[in-house]
Amino acid sequence: MRKYLLVAAVAAIVGLALDASPALARKHKEPSASGREIRIGNIMPYSGPASAYATIGKVEAAYFKKVNDEGGISGRKIRFISVDDGYNPAKAVEMARRLVERDQVLLIFNPLGTPSNTAIRGYMNKKKVPQLFVASGASKWGDPEHFPWTMGGQPNYQSEGRIYAQHILKRRPNARIAVLYQNDDYGKDYLQGFKDGLGAEAKRIVAEASYEVTDPTIDSQIIALRSSGADVFFNISTPKFAAMAIGKAYDLGWHPIQYLNNLSISVGSVLKPAGLEKSIGLISVAYYKDPTDKRWEDDPAIKEWKAFMQQYYPQGNASDSLNVYGYLLAQMLEQVLRQAGDQLTRANVMHAAANLKDLQLPLALPGVKVNTSPTDYFPFESMQLQRFDGKQWVLFGEVVGR
Amino acid sequence: MEALVNQLLSGLASGGIYASLALALVMIYQATHHVNFAQGEMAMFSTYVAWTLIAAGFGYWAAFFLTLAFAFGLGFLIERLLVRPVARAPVLSVVVVFIGLLVIFNSLAGWLFSYSIRSFPSPFPQETLHLGRYLVTPHQLGAVGVTLIVLVLVFAFFRYTATGLAMRAAAQHPDSSRLAGIRVGRMLALGWGLAAAIGATAGMMAAPVVYLEPNMMSGILLYAFAGALLGGIDNPGGAVLGGFLVGVLENLLGAYVIGTEIKLSVALFLIVAVLLVRPRGLFGGRSLRS
Amino acid sequence: MNPANRKAVPATAAELRAAAVVLALALLLPLALDGYQLFQLTQVLAYAIALLGLNLLSGYNGQVSLGHGAFCAIGAYAAAILMTRFGLPYWLAVPAAGVVSLLAGLLFGLPALRLGGLHLALATFGLGLALPQLLKYKGLEAWTGGVQGIVLSKPEAPFGLPLDQDLWLYYFTLSATLPMFWVARNLIRGRIGRALVALRDAPIAAVAMGVDSARYRLFAFGVSALYAGVAGALAAVAVQFVAPDSYTIFFSIALLVGIVIGGLGSISGALYGALFIQFVPNIADELSSAAPWAIYGVFLLACAYLLPQGVAGALRRLAIRNARKG
Repeated sequence: MRKYLLVAAVAAIVGLALDASPALARKHKEPSASGREIRIGNIMPYSGPASAYATIGKVEAAYFKKVNDEGGISGRKIRFISVDDGYNPAKAVEMARRLVERDQVLLIFNPLGTPSNTAIRGYMNKKKVPQLFVASGASKWGDPEHFPWTMGGQPNYQSEGRIYAQHILKRRPNARIAVLYQNDDYGKDYLQGFKDGLGAEAKRIVAEASYEVTDPTIDSQIIALRSSGADVFFNISTPKFAAMAIGKAYDLGWHPIQYLNNLSISVGSVLKPAGLEKSIGLISVAYYKDPTDKRWEDDPAIKEWKAFMQQYYPQGNASDSLNVYGYLLAQMLEQVLRQAGDQLTRANVMHAAANLKDLQLPLALPGVKVNTSPTDYFPFESMQLQRFDGKQWVLFGEVVGR
Repeated sequence: MEALVNQLLSGLASGGIYASLALALVMIYQATHHVNFAQGEMAMFSTYVAWTLIAAGFGYWAAFFLTLAFAFGLGFLIERLLVRPVARAPVLSVVVVFIGLLVIFNSLAGWLFSYSIRSFPSPFPQETLHLGRYLVTPHQLGAVGVTLIVLVLVFAFFRYTATGLAMRAAAQHPDSSRLAGIRVGRMLALGWGLAAAIGATAGMMAAPVVYLEPNMMSGILLYAFAGALLGGIDNPGGAVLGGFLVGVLENLLGAYVIGTEIKLSVALFLIVAVLLVRPRGLFGGRSLRS
Repeated sequence: MNPANRKAVPATAAELRAAAVVLALALLLPLALDGYQLFQLTQVLAYAIALLGLNLLSGYNGQVSLGHGAFCAIGAYAAAILMTRFGLPYWLAVPAAGVVSLLAGLLFGLPALRLGGLHLALATFGLGLALPQLLKYKGLEAWTGGVQGIVLSKPEAPFGLPLDQDLWLYYFTLSATLPMFWVARNLIRGRIGRALVALRDAPIAAVAMGVDSARYRLFAFGVSALYAGVAGALAAVAVQFVAPDSYTIFFSIALLVGIVIGGLGSISGALYGALFIQFVPNIADELSSAAPWAIYGVFLLACAYLLPQGVAGALRRLAIRNARKG
């Protein structure tokens, strides 16, 4: 009788531990990709609270399919392995280990989420696998001295916060400022940069309110912020909550000068649901072209992107700027891989990534050039301010940053 | 002072959303003595169906009632096909079935409709109303009104109709009810159908405020559950009142007492404290089981 | 002495044979596996300990806990704080974390004595939801690291043994798992286990027979929290990172799924449940990248129908049927 329990336990352990795949004794030294394919790993929150961002992984997969259709890189095809971590850092660690140890990927590209990336950073650096172009604007990703294998892939939240702070100090030195922020790493990073940018004037912040991603509405927070009498509002929230904040502020008759963080600038996924007329006057930054901006209607890069979306990712939303971001980053990686030359080792890839000079990607704003060096691990540092006019974002001012 | 009143009004408005889902929970509990954790996701899915109908050209109210019919059918079928087989299982197994449903609906919605937020129309006019210096949107008033109408219907159903009585009997004493000639199985399926329809109403009232996306109901479900228990899960009026209380409590705690970072924890703590003192909830009736 | 009151229940010869084989497998099989698989197995062992604890509370004693992940989080953070702020070595931090969660469990279990059924479900659900918020709270940030979490360093094999770190972590976790399973088995088979089950099935009769309801129910809460805390600490050491996002309500729900699928009221069920929650999401992901969680949900439903008493129950029935035939 116990025998069956035994056999079942054994079978279960053995079978499942092998994850239903032939995994024993795959102990190559270095996936030098000198074979016929380049394996690229990617971790995205396909499930869970951040699933709206997972479209980035899908558009990247579509891009690499296009690259393969056009011949691949130096005759090698790309195998893009994208896995779900559900925005759970412990799961991200497991997925990173799977990609590196089981799937033997060359690098992990554009993994998304500050907590997940924090969780895998130690492992990636120990194993000397590039954790390239992290999809998170946290300031900790530009630390080549301690983490030489981890590089950022988004403009720094703190830099963006500083840009808004400086703009406020110039335009409205007597401002009374209210801030709404998501209660996590991303929200707090923005707030920190903003406060740093204000410097001694940080006391101009008269009200701060946070929210959790599990909150059904943020009406209460907006009411509280409004009652502080602030005339400037810094809105640090992700798309759903940004839309709610914009709509509610307007409905309450509160019309401060509103600065909106770059994560929620999508016309299709944020401003339209909020109400285009309620979004007039919003200020944000951009570093790549918005597909709904009339200015880029005849722009060859945007036209190429639109054709690509039609052909390779038709179920994707063609007015969601996240899909431009994914394409942009995928192009950047393609550039790095080509630059790394024929010997595609992890070290060569990292070296190429840390030596991008004045790379003007077609979908980036003119003047926003990618620059990295062995001491500068932030590829995107320049941005341009833009204002929403009720129909689209209109760039103004100069490209700031490097 | 103005801010306080606005917070109260806003609390009542969100409380209205919690109350409407709490009604669905009450219905399902009265009919089956189980709390369906998938109620929120079923409501969300029904709202997507409504959205699809509207996008296809149907008028709002046509889509509304068609969706109610769909939701009723969905609930009925789910009970018949998926819940009936585990009727005699321990309560935790039934909970696992509900979790399975929750996950399936959430994932299906994400796959079919993507995770970007969508706006959902409201049947009520758009401009904010000014009641003196206080601001209310017609939708908030309308949604609360709809909740109260549903409450009256549910209350009347259980109190004054033979079917309502039969349903409650079937849930509390299935074997005796069978002996009395009540078709217990049909009552269960009916209860599920009605609860699903009520949930669909809640979803369609909530969506214009919280935006339609696959995760829209998960936060609301928790507050609805807390509100229903606070008010008494066997009392529709109590549950609705509980929902409103939770909405107001959450707003006031966040704005004035403890800040927004841990208002959820404090609100839950307070609710559990109340339940410790009054286990049947504030307005719950006496029941034979605790 | 009345044999029913002995602390340790003697094992049958068949049980010993089975245990020996399982033990041999657990010790030797890992030598053939690579780091990633060892990591997964280590997680499975940690999950199994947590499920054992939850099963004690909800399976054997019938107190439904929808937020048991909170005690795993408490254990994980306790271990992390002890290791990083107080410099405790990991092999001390893990049992210490267990003690902390035991206290937390008793603290929560005391008022919970007054709650039953749905209300306990709400209270535990609330605990599961509230804990990540508390971990992120500004006021506690200095200890918990707030949203940034705490990074832990990976333990080396002691005494300079030439063991791979992953292998050593696995053996370390195994060395915690085995005694905890043994203790749980003795608890369940002995007087305490019978009291717990009696309180679940026939509370009035049990109290009438002199079983102190409050003492045993509180005991169940405390012990189950201890198990969950130890599990959380072990998993944290393996992952080398703790953050509030790892302990959302979905984690608690996964634990619940684990004990039901594994088999309520069964010791081996903890292991089957752990295997399920570790590997089935991965399998679902490979089966469908479009809607993997829908597949997972279908798995759940299928298990609920086909295995009403969990995997352990099904195996038991199979074994009984074969014993009858032969």
